[in-house]
Amino acid sequence: MTRWAMVADLRRCVGCQTCTAACRHANATPPGVQWRRVLDMEFGEYPDVRRAFVPVGCQHCDEPPCLDVCPTTATRKRADGIVTIDYDLCIGCAYCAVACPYQARHKTLRAGFAYDRPMENETKRRDDARLAVATKCTFCVDRIDEGLAKGLRPGVDPEATPACVNACITQTLQFGDLDDPQSNVSTLLAEHRHFRMHEELRTGPGFYYLWDAREAAS
Amino acid sequence: MTYPSGGYANYGPEPWQQTSWDWRAAGNFVCGGAGAGLIVFAALADGGRAATVALTLAGLALVGLGLVCVALELGRPLRALNVFRNPLTSWMGREAWAAILLFPAGLAAAWGVPGAAAAAAVLALAFVFCQARLLQAAKGIPAWREALLVPLVVTTGLAEGGALFFAGDPWHRAGTPWLLAGFGALVLVRVLVWLAYRRNLAGTIAQGATDALDRAGSVLQLVGTVVPLALIAAVATGFVSGALTPWLAAAAGLTAAVAGAYTKFTIVTRAGFNQGFALAHLPIRGAR
Repeated sequence: MTRWAMVADLRRCVGCQTCTAACRHANATPPGVQWRRVLDMEFGEYPDVRRAFVPVGCQHCDEPPCLDVCPTTATRKRADGIVTIDYDLCIGCAYCAVACPYQARHKTLRAGFAYDRPMENETKRRDDARLAVATKCTFCVDRIDEGLAKGLRPGVDPEATPACVNACITQTLQFGDLDDPQSNVSTLLAEHRHFRMHEELRTGPGFYYLWDAREAAS
Repeated sequence: MTYPSGGYANYGPEPWQQTSWDWRAAGNFVCGGAGAGLIVFAALADGGRAATVALTLAGLALVGLGLVCVALELGRPLRALNVFRNPLTSWMGREAWAAILLFPAGLAAAWGVPGAAAAAAVLALAFVFCQARLLQAAKGIPAWREALLVPLVVTTGLAEGGALFFAGDPWHRAGTPWLLAGFGALVLVRVLVWLAYRRNLAGTIAQGATDALDRAGSVLQLVGTVVPLALIAAVATGFVSGALTPWLAAAAGLTAAVAGAYTKFTIVTRAGFNQGFALAHLPIRGAR
């Protein structure tokens, strides 16, 4: 089996938002809609202040709250763990948006562009089926599927890897198969201490955050 | 790196009010719940055929108005029939199926078909239960996912239905002492569930949600509970009798209905804060 997952090394992220821009470019999401966001978070009080940049988006959960609530079956989970939306079935009720603890879902009523006229990528990737329905990060599922069809390895071969991972300048973001113990993500998780967002909700996110080296654990 | 003994309290951007569901969604919960409750009370009443017809049709109209509200919220309303595709796991789908069965049962009850009123009452209960589970299944909103929201929404719907029933008592005269007692009991149970719900939420929701719920709670406890229960007590104990009785019951109904509607509206539109983002650990960078 395959379980696609993403890993973000919080020690590496510098908050450059290149992943956000890459996602925006690859998927031509309208202004205000960021399937891949990077939060700029501050903790503590002066002088003991910490800062962290945290990539977020759809966590492609094992038990996605958005899946069960969807009244139309537009939201589905593939065998490889990727949560998808069938834009032709979705009625835009936004139930999934309030069910998602990660604020990953968006609904846009009208087409919007970064500037007055659509840019080349916006023209090429324009899809009116995405209007007035739920949208979210797809893990660039089309790239993964096309890459696999060509015999490429997602997470290793850029052509088969999500755009945000390809664009990351610090290799914060990694993508791969959790079920493959030799994959990059499995290796990273084995070698590092990690957590998942809102673990207490038992959604089983497919998005892991590294925060320390494993050998540092005492 | 050392961490403060109490840990870091603010691990992420502050929670913010969800904007996906607004007054239109709230309208479904307010009108649908009250309409379902009214259908239940209409089935329990024995006020003659005209009253049963009027009350049942009014209940159906309210449920229908709620569904119209939610239809206005849909991004793709022309595909609304897709809502019936997933009753296996979606409480919204189940709500839709309960509604689609409730309407013919309610119309049959209004038509006078034997047994239809009871069937409509059962389906109305199913409908309001689906609404409650629907809201509670929204895992992204802490004030909604609390388990006690289910009995709260159910009792609120039934209490508001009873409230509307007695608000119209001066005209339909279908109210009985037993129904008035039942309505009073629902008002009491509603506020008790509310207090338990609020106690369970303490410390788990955003300050904005707490403030909104506290405001609604004040209205619910005073306008929605103390006032109607006092009026009901005045009627039940014979303190007031004669022609004034149905008007006091109506006043009790109006206050309970308005406060209940305000409370549910607040829960959906003003207490719907998400939980923001949280890091279980901060990144440890550099050499140590």
